[in-house]
Parts: sequence; C-alpha cells; structure tokens
Amino acid sequence: MQRLRDLAISDTGFVFDPFSGATYTVNGTAQCLLDGLKRGLDRDGLVALLRERFECSDEDLPRDIDDLVQSLRMFGLVPGGFEVGR
Amino acid sequence: MSRPLYDRPILARHQTGLMNKFSRVASMQPQTHVDGVPVQTLIEAYGSPLFVFSEKTIVARYRELRDAFARRFSKVRVAWSYKTNYLDAICRVLHREGAWAEVVSEFEWEKARHNGVPGERIHLNGPLKTEATLRRVLPEGTLIHIDNFDELALLERLADELHLTPKVALRVNLAVESIPAWSRFGFNLESGQAMTAANRILTGKRLDLVGLHCHLGTFILDPASYREQASKLAGLANELRRAHGAIMSFLDIGGGFASRSKLKAQYLPGEQASPSFDRYAAACAEGMAALDYPAGSEPTIVLESGRALVDDSGTLLSTVIANKRMPDGQRGLVVDAGVNVLFTSFWYDHDVVPAQPFGGISEPTVMYGPLCMNIDVVRDTIQFPPMRAGDQVVFRNVGAYNVTQWMQFITYRPAVVIIGADGRHGIIRKREQLETLLASEEVPSWL
Repeated sequence: MQRLRDLAISDTGFVFDPFSGATYTVNGTAQCLLDGLKRGLDRDGLVALLRERFECSDEDLPRDIDDLVQSLRMFGLVPGGFEVGR
Repeated sequence: MSRPLYDRPILARHQTGLMNKFSRVASMQPQTHVDGVPVQTLIEAYGSPLFVFSEKTIVARYRELRDAFARRFSKVRVAWSYKTNYLDAICRVLHREGAWAEVVSEFEWEKARHNGVPGERIHLNGPLKTEATLRRVLPEGTLIHIDNFDELALLERLADELHLTPKVALRVNLAVESIPAWSRFGFNLESGQAMTAANRILTGKRLDLVGLHCHLGTFILDPASYREQASKLAGLANELRRAHGAIMSFLDIGGGFASRSKLKAQYLPGEQASPSFDRYAAACAEGMAALDYPAGSEPTIVLESGRALVDDSGTLLSTVIANKRMPDGQRGLVVDAGVNVLFTSFWYDHDVVPAQPFGGISEPTVMYGPLCMNIDVVRDTIQFPPMRAGDQVVFRNVGAYNVTQWMQFITYRPAVVIIGADGRHGIIRKREQLETLLASEEVPSWL
C-alpha cells in the first residue's frame, strides 16, 4: 500500500505516481476514495465518506468502489490481491 | 453550501507517446434530438434499439450529388443502389426525387417494380441473372449490364426466342492507380476482353449496346481514381465509335463515393477525409474530356450511388445495458445494439455520442453489443464519458447497408422509423417479434 500512499494528488484531480512516473486524472469521487483508501478505511467507511461529501441518490456505491479498486490493481497502484476490508 | 452531486469514480491514466501533429482535440457533444425530435421520445414510441432515418438528409444528399454532376454534364442520371437500403420508404424518397433503380437480383428488381419504377428505368447489374430472371425482366425493357460471356450468350439466345432486341450495357473492369481492381465483375479492359465482348454484341446485332459501365470499388477516398476511370471508359467508347460507329447513350461510372463514416484503417475522421460530391464530379469531368463524340450526342452520365446518398441520413439509437471494467483497464459499455443490427461496425469506427448531457472524465471505452458472442464489438476503443445503465447513445452515419445486411440472430431486429421533412415521424419497418419468425417456419407432422 506504500505506492498508494505515495501518490501525489492535487486539489484539481491531477495524480502523480513517483514510483513509475505515470500520471492520472481523477474526478471528485475517485479523489475522495483515494483519500479514504490512504487512510485505510474499510468498505463501510468509504461508503460513509462518499455519502458525507457527495449528494448520493440510489447509487450502488460498493459497486463503484470495487470498480475503482480494480483500476488501481490494474495500474499497479495497489497489490494484485488487494481487496477493500469489509 | 450544498454538496456536489455524486458521479461514478474515474481514474483515467494519461497516455504518453509522441505528439501527433494531425491529431485534434475531440470535443464530444451529446445528440439529444434527431431532426428536432427528442431521442427519448423516439425510444419511448418505438423501442430500443431503433434506426432513425432523416428524409431531409436523404433529399439534401441526393440533390447535392445530382447538382454536382449536372453542373458539369448535360445529362445525368442517378440510379439508386437498392442493395444499400431497400426499405420501400427510403427508395420512394429517392424515386420521388427522380432516381432510377440499380438492382443486382430479381428480388431487388421486384422491389423496384413494387415501388413504381418502370422496368425500363431499372439497371440490372451483378453476376446473378438467371434465365428465369432475364425472361421476366427483358419484356419490360430493363437495362442489362452484362457480366460475362455465358450471360452474353444467354441473352443472345433469349433475344431470338423472345423476338426482342434487349438494351444492354457492358460491365468493364479496369485498373486505376491506388485501388485494387475489382476484376471479378465484368469484362477486363486492359486484356482486350471488353473489346472482344463489345465486338461480338455490335456485330451480332441481336443486342442493342447502349452503355458502358465500370464500378471501381467501394469507399474510394481519392477522386483522382474517377478521373482515370472516366478517361479509360471514354477511351473505350471512342474505340467503339471508330470501329463500329457505335454511340453509347450512357456511360455509367458506378458508385463507390465515400460517406462521412470512418473506415477502421482510416486516419482522419470522415468529415475531413471524405471528398465532396463536387470533387468527385470535377475529377470525373476531367477524365470524360477524353470522349470524342459528335456535338449533341453526349451520353448520359449514370451514377449508381448508394452509401454516399443514404449513410449520413441514418442513426441508430441504443440503450446502455451495463458498465464493465475490462482487464486492460478500459471500460466496457454493453449496449443493446450489436453487430447483428450494426453490421458495418466490422469495418467502420462509428461516430457515437451520448444522447443526453453528460459530465465527468472520459475514459477509454469499448462498446459491446448484447450478443453472447465475443465478436460482438460495435465500437473499438473510444474516449467516452461516464454512462449509466439506461442512458442512450446515438450511432451516426449508419444508414447504408445495415438494414439490408443485418441479421436476425439471437434477438429480434429493431424497428426503423423515418422523420419527415416537416418533423412528422413514422415507422417504416416494424420491430420483429416471435410471430414474424414463426410465419416462415414449419414443423413436419412427425414432430
């Protein structure tokens, strides 16, 4: 998880990975989740964080969290077997 | 302060590589309406997926083509290529504008007759002309474009039997630079085969040779190819005049003009790469300058256009079924229109946009159709904004070949509607249902 913690994330959603030099763009919700993941929040904690910061209707938030984590795995930003704690 | 609205989290990796001096920033805009009618209204009325044709666009394209050639030639004829889209309503729009019919089978000939086209205003083309077909169409004066020597012999025999002198054209294949020759159709020019066939017709006097025809190929992006084609066709006409005193009443340059779609191998988008009708016409006129005919006997220039007339008038409305995250990091978007209805996605990168306003970061996205088949990809990687299940997308410039080459496979084929010039819309082909398919099935008594 060190690589995730080392990500430099600007207020405008620009992400720099010092390990690989790769850069990314994130939207507000992804930025919020990266923040929560860096803090080690579990799934319920991440859902609560999203609900606190965003106007959510009937969104399937756990599905979206899993989708982002899958992207992080594919880009090598979290270990291959990483799962959000339940 | 109110909280921002939630949207799905997106982490988009920046692509690195050499800067491309030809690239442009894609600024995708939603298409919420088709010819002034809301996409939502159309889908609620006719279901999804849904093909929608614009009468206004068909007419505009037809007139643009006709006028581009009419400015350069005294006599021009557009023969609408039925195989491109033979829905009656579409054909009738074009016939109302004055188009003749170009057909390549007895089925299409029947369609043209059903649409009120007189037999003598039909060009019958292609390799499929059975004796039964010819016996049926010859008494109606249909123009026969001869493909091979067997067909020529058959026509001569039928001419004797039926006591007719059929009006025929010689289909010729020839070589032009930068295009693979379509040598399987007609008689080859360079080898002398075309001249041999013409000599036989003109000396035999059982057939009336009234035209020469060459179809270069399809989706030809270089107008110069038509200059060369027209010049060679004119050269053959000159030779026939010198040898036999024969004057052709028409020279048919076929079709093959590009629409605004984008081939998969093509670099620039269609609106930049596809030549205007004016450029095609100018090239053709330069080539035809080689024609050495007496004043007053100029042949009619025949155009057998299909794709270029109707492709841009057709859109396909489709609904998002699901989002998926693919193992390579791309987003997969499953939509309810697959290659079964959007057959042209095998060779085009279709222009597709959301049908509703959108926000958020675009991601590399692959669009899959609804079929349980791995080949069912309707759009390779495209930067596409976030979509939810139930949102709609609009595939543009899909009016050619899809509603003729589509397949009834796994699911029903969708409805097709047309929006009239005055904004009225109506169905021109019903959505299939179980009864549609059962109507042609039978179960033997022992089952």
